[in-house]
Amino acid sequence: MIVRKQDRVLVLGITGKQGTFWTEKMIGYGTNVVGGVNPKRAGETHVGVPIFASTAEAAAKVGADVAVMFIPPPMAKDAGVAAAEAGVKLLVVLTEHIPAQDVMAMHATAAKHGTRIVGPNTAGLVTPGECFVGIMPAFVPSVFAPGRVGVISRSGSLGTLVCLNLTRAGLGQSAFIGIGGDPMLGTTTRDALQALNEDAGTDAIVIVGEIGGGMEEAAADYARKVKKPMVAFITGAASPPGKRMGHAGAIVTGSAGSYAGKRKALEAAGVVVVDTPAQIAPAVAAGLGAPVKQAAQS
Amino acid sequence: MNFDEHTAKALILAPAGIAVPRAILCLTAKEAATAAAQIGPCVVKAQVPAGKRGKAGGIKLANTPTEAEQVAGQILGMRIGDYTVAHLLIEEQAKIAREFYTAVLHDTSARKPLILFSTEGGMDIEEIAAEKPQAIRRLLVDIDDKPSAGAIAGMLKGLDLGTAQGQIADILARLYAAYRARDAELLEINPLALLADGRVVALDCKFVLDDAAVYRQPEIAGHGSPGVMTELEQRGAEAGLKLIQLDGNVGVLANGAGLTMTTMDVIRHYGGRPANFLEIGGEAYTKSEVALDLVLSDPGVKSLVINFCGAFARTDVMADGVVKAWHKLKPKVPVFFSIHGTGEDEAVALVRKELAIEPYDFIEDAIQEAVKAAQ
Repeated sequence: MIVRKQDRVLVLGITGKQGTFWTEKMIGYGTNVVGGVNPKRAGETHVGVPIFASTAEAAAKVGADVAVMFIPPPMAKDAGVAAAEAGVKLLVVLTEHIPAQDVMAMHATAAKHGTRIVGPNTAGLVTPGECFVGIMPAFVPSVFAPGRVGVISRSGSLGTLVCLNLTRAGLGQSAFIGIGGDPMLGTTTRDALQALNEDAGTDAIVIVGEIGGGMEEAAADYARKVKKPMVAFITGAASPPGKRMGHAGAIVTGSAGSYAGKRKALEAAGVVVVDTPAQIAPAVAAGLGAPVKQAAQS
Repeated sequence: MNFDEHTAKALILAPAGIAVPRAILCLTAKEAATAAAQIGPCVVKAQVPAGKRGKAGGIKLANTPTEAEQVAGQILGMRIGDYTVAHLLIEEQAKIAREFYTAVLHDTSARKPLILFSTEGGMDIEEIAAEKPQAIRRLLVDIDDKPSAGAIAGMLKGLDLGTAQGQIADILARLYAAYRARDAELLEINPLALLADGRVVALDCKFVLDDAAVYRQPEIAGHGSPGVMTELEQRGAEAGLKLIQLDGNVGVLANGAGLTMTTMDVIRHYGGRPANFLEIGGEAYTKSEVALDLVLSDPGVKSLVINFCGAFARTDVMADGVVKAWHKLKPKVPVFFSIHGTGEDEAVALVRKELAIEPYDFIEDAIQEAVKAAQ
């Protein structure tokens, strides 16, 4: 789930307003966008890349390692299923508010075809200085800089803030992995932690977690065997209790999800957990034994 | 979206072929008496989408129309959880031999539908899980398929259900089909009762419709229970914005749920109290103008933090909305900005020029100042 500039990227929903805006940004940054899909405009060229009638056709003609979806919720399931069936290896689902049963259907098809889903409701993946897939401000130099810190975040906006703080402290990033905000994600915090742990270009890892669910606890389990310095910030300590699916839902997830529980699990696994975003960069620098470029906040 | 018991039974269970007791919905004590005359000995049940209605005194037996009228008078207007009781269900009394629990919901870690069944019905599922975890049977289902008769029989094996086994297996299959057809997030029957005459009947039902699927369930969506909202939250909902009012005095306007929650966390960290949660993430980022109006409409707000970190959400578009609203509303409260990410150069320039305000580099600094100003 670390994207590379040779990866062939297909944009589903390329002709829409957002698809157009972000495809231009991706191409401008160095992403290898090989085509787009829109059945009504097949054969045309849009923002410099060919449009195909279907994902299967595009995959056959130009190849597709990665597909990124700018598709509204009602059509998301069919687009995701088609991408998995076309053999796309990595499917980045940006769409928010996809009906949950459609999300489950996408995951089921992806599992059948060996497709990894990132998301739904992810802001995407960034490999600073190389390429990005999604809706992250990779091209804003004050936010992202090439380097050796891997960042995992459910949230795009908070992930942006964290990368910005790292960059200001002179700590560039090896990869940003936006895992997404959907309750049922294809790629979990643990999956992303493993990918960054195995990545030779990553020396330290930042986990931006959130209350609810059990992903941070599961990641903590894996974190025990990680030797690289790890820093986590968990948001939501001051949030009103969310209205999730109620009693039965809590049973299924094993009642995990509180701020205190997540913090404790991560700390027990050797992760440094900080209180505010500005404390992340100094903690990473300390973990790496590196000097911080400029004084950060208390 | 939540539904009360009566609506869930009438719109989901009965059409799915799952038996429910005879019942009549009433709005007044007089109607309750009339209904009880038709139904006979009955249960008077408060219709609110909240748990523990029985413990709150919202469910009572009545053997005559006079009793029903009396009891109805007590329950109507009662507060249960966040709700005031305005509807009653007059339901025939059931002669219960055994009580079971069953539900279909999403298993978010397996990313599959899950059917739950327990012979310990009538109590909360958390209580069952705490006291008798071995009494809960689980069956994960492939979403592209449906549970096979064999899988359901396997799930119920060894539970000593006697002659009710066939009926229960049939109900589980129907419940799963209804969960799929109606985009349920949760569809629960508790208790599912075996009656003295051998029938198996749903005595209660909880149905939560997936909010993301409301658009494709038009026949039922209009019958959901409106959530309990403040006037301002209602205005937010009408504008397509998720606003939650809190008891603090530092107003929050940020983009994206993660950044908004973090802004609240940092306010708390510096000893302040957030006045609201207001998210203008995703497609809502173009609504900063109405969002600012909402935050400032709360008279409790003494200072304001505006925290934009643009990814998808363009900070230039958000700042433009804020500036427009600012000129219109001319707010008196001090405001502290932090702006970064997509469109930040234009956004910062706009705020400097139009509002003569210098955004902070770190959100921590902006928030610390806002907390001080609110005190």
